Amino acid sequence: MTRKTAPSTTAGGARIPQARPPGEAGPAHRFDLLRQMMFIRQFEDKCVELYSGGEIHGFLHVYIGEEAVAVGVNSALTPEDSIVSTYREHGHALVRGVPLDCVMAEMFGKTTGCSYGRGGSMHLFDVSRRFYGGNAIVAGGLPLAVGLALADKMRGDARVTACFFGDGAVAEGEFHECMNLAALWDLPVLFCCENNRYAMGTAIERAQAQTDLALRAESYGMPAWPVDGMDVLAVAKAARLAAESVRSGGGPHFLELKTYRFRAHSMYDPDLYRDKAEIEQWKQRDPITALAGQMRAAGELTDTDIESARDEIAAEIDASVDSARAAPAEPVDDLTRFVYSRRSS
Amino acid sequence: MSAKTSQHPAAAATAGEPATTTYREAMRAAIREAMRRDDRVFLMGEDVGSYGGCFAVSLGLLAEFGPERIRDTPLSESAFVGAGIGAAMGGMRPIVEIMTVNFSLLALDQILNNAATLLHMSGGQVNVPLVIRMTTGAGRQVAAQHSHSLEGWYAHIPGLRLVAPATLADARGMLWTALEDPDPVLIFEHGSLYNLRGTLDEDAGAVDIDSAAVRRTGGDVTVISYGGTLGKAMTAAGELAADGIDAEVIDLRTLRPLDDATIMASVGKTHRVVIVDEGWRSGSLSAEISARIMEQAFFELDAPVRRVCSAEVPIPYPRHLEEAALPQVDGIVAAVRAVVR
Repeated sequence: MTRKTAPSTTAGGARIPQARPPGEAGPAHRFDLLRQMMFIRQFEDKCVELYSGGEIHGFLHVYIGEEAVAVGVNSALTPEDSIVSTYREHGHALVRGVPLDCVMAEMFGKTTGCSYGRGGSMHLFDVSRRFYGGNAIVAGGLPLAVGLALADKMRGDARVTACFFGDGAVAEGEFHECMNLAALWDLPVLFCCENNRYAMGTAIERAQAQTDLALRAESYGMPAWPVDGMDVLAVAKAARLAAESVRSGGGPHFLELKTYRFRAHSMYDPDLYRDKAEIEQWKQRDPITALAGQMRAAGELTDTDIESARDEIAAEIDASVDSARAAPAEPVDDLTRFVYSRRSS
Repeated sequence: MSAKTSQHPAAAATAGEPATTTYREAMRAAIREAMRRDDRVFLMGEDVGSYGGCFAVSLGLLAEFGPERIRDTPLSESAFVGAGIGAAMGGMRPIVEIMTVNFSLLALDQILNNAATLLHMSGGQVNVPLVIRMTTGAGRQVAAQHSHSLEGWYAHIPGLRLVAPATLADARGMLWTALEDPDPVLIFEHGSLYNLRGTLDEDAGAVDIDSAAVRRTGGDVTVISYGGTLGKAMTAAGELAADGIDAEVIDLRTLRPLDDATIMASVGKTHRVVIVDEGWRSGSLSAEISARIMEQAFFELDAPVRRVCSAEVPIPYPRHLEEAALPQVDGIVAAVRAVVR
């Protein structure tokens, strides 16, 4: 099998795609990306509030700070493409178009939730939108993405399966098995590594002998390059380039999206392992503030635009909370549903 | 081998007539039939193609169906089992072969956390119509990492269906029914059975994967077994019959969900039970069956339930020790005598 190298590896080691993607985004597109990031941020701010207020429970892993990754990658996908995600997947689900009311109701464990309330925050599903979860085993979703892509390839469907996972997953055996299998079989998977530098509380330098994650993917013979995951336009551009190549038979591609979570790993995490100064430094690169600043400077955005978007989103989210609160809980008599398709004793 | 000129030994026989075959050939015929009937079916696993399958089950299928559908995988159990799950979610009907149940532990994350769980945690949206075949059991002197009977562990897991074909008809017929099931089905093939020879109707086809079968009727004692121990249970029943003890032998066939009705009906008739299970006794399938009999048929019992299981030791290499570790005919006969005395 012919091995492919990254399209733009240079002697200096900068593996940034040089080709300009078609249809360079205009102001309306940029505003759309901004609004999507704001939407995720405000959704999760509300979730934190509801969690603190005792209305939602279990694990809650927020994506605050990483929104540019989900929004940028999703902008390169079509509704026919598939997504496999992690337990930090509110953003991926929302930008995929899983209805807000269904995502919020899932946080409440109600039957109107996108997983009928059975999954909660970590297991959002919407098969009608080819959104295949919400997987809370680190690297556990990668084999599923490989299999979805295998099915597409065997049938001749020109789909991309976008598979999100974190830097922690790169240490798992499943990651390496899947890199090899996807490359060996030339499968249409877009591997999206959200490198937020921490596997829960363990810094990447303390867990990975080689911290250049794109380089490791590249060793399997697939194009791989790092991307500034705090810059939604850079993510969108890289994802478009990679997704188009995957779609046109270029085999699996790997994006290392360098990002940072502004909040702790989960609501249980006292966040003792990071420097406050480091967090503050990354917050200076907030993807929402950054894009808004760029657009303001270019005269594409006013404070009024931002405020009205924020208010509209807040109203939608408040309505979704009301709707989730009012939604029915599943009767206990139905406890053993969804274990087998045909119910058995 | 062309699609129309099968080398199946039974192919020469007139349709509907019994022909001599083996468990291995019956399994191969089942795979071949499924591949011919449904384009979505493919076989994937270590050495299923060029090598012909570690136990020669898929020998010749690569030539007939090609490398896309008889798909050799790298030694990556977690990835190829998980890929089978993903492909099933994506509309295919994969048959994944794992060489032995011991190796399946490398894919346990995918089997438990994904295959068995996705339907539930997606609120009924994600079906996983996947079939996983694997070899189980001891008896071939292949020591402690190739010989265990861990199907009892899998039987613990809600969301999975487990079957253990012990006869030619089940080897031939369970696969198609398993492929039609919308949920994941694990097929446990005992390694000692592949050379089992017998006759099978040439038009033998799909069989149910829900119920246990009474393989021998009798009124004095119920001997419950499955898979690799069924033959031993039948032999023991023959010896006991010579002494005037009439044993009923149940082949569980489906290990999850268990067919309680067939078991309890037999207990209600014989009032005495011996369970034969090649798994270790502690926390075993035999323990589960015993508990269910206590719960559902306690007052039918005229004697405590007895179990014949593997000794609680990793399976040793030397033949005499391996034999001593496993349920044997003598042990079954002795256990039956103890409950009917």
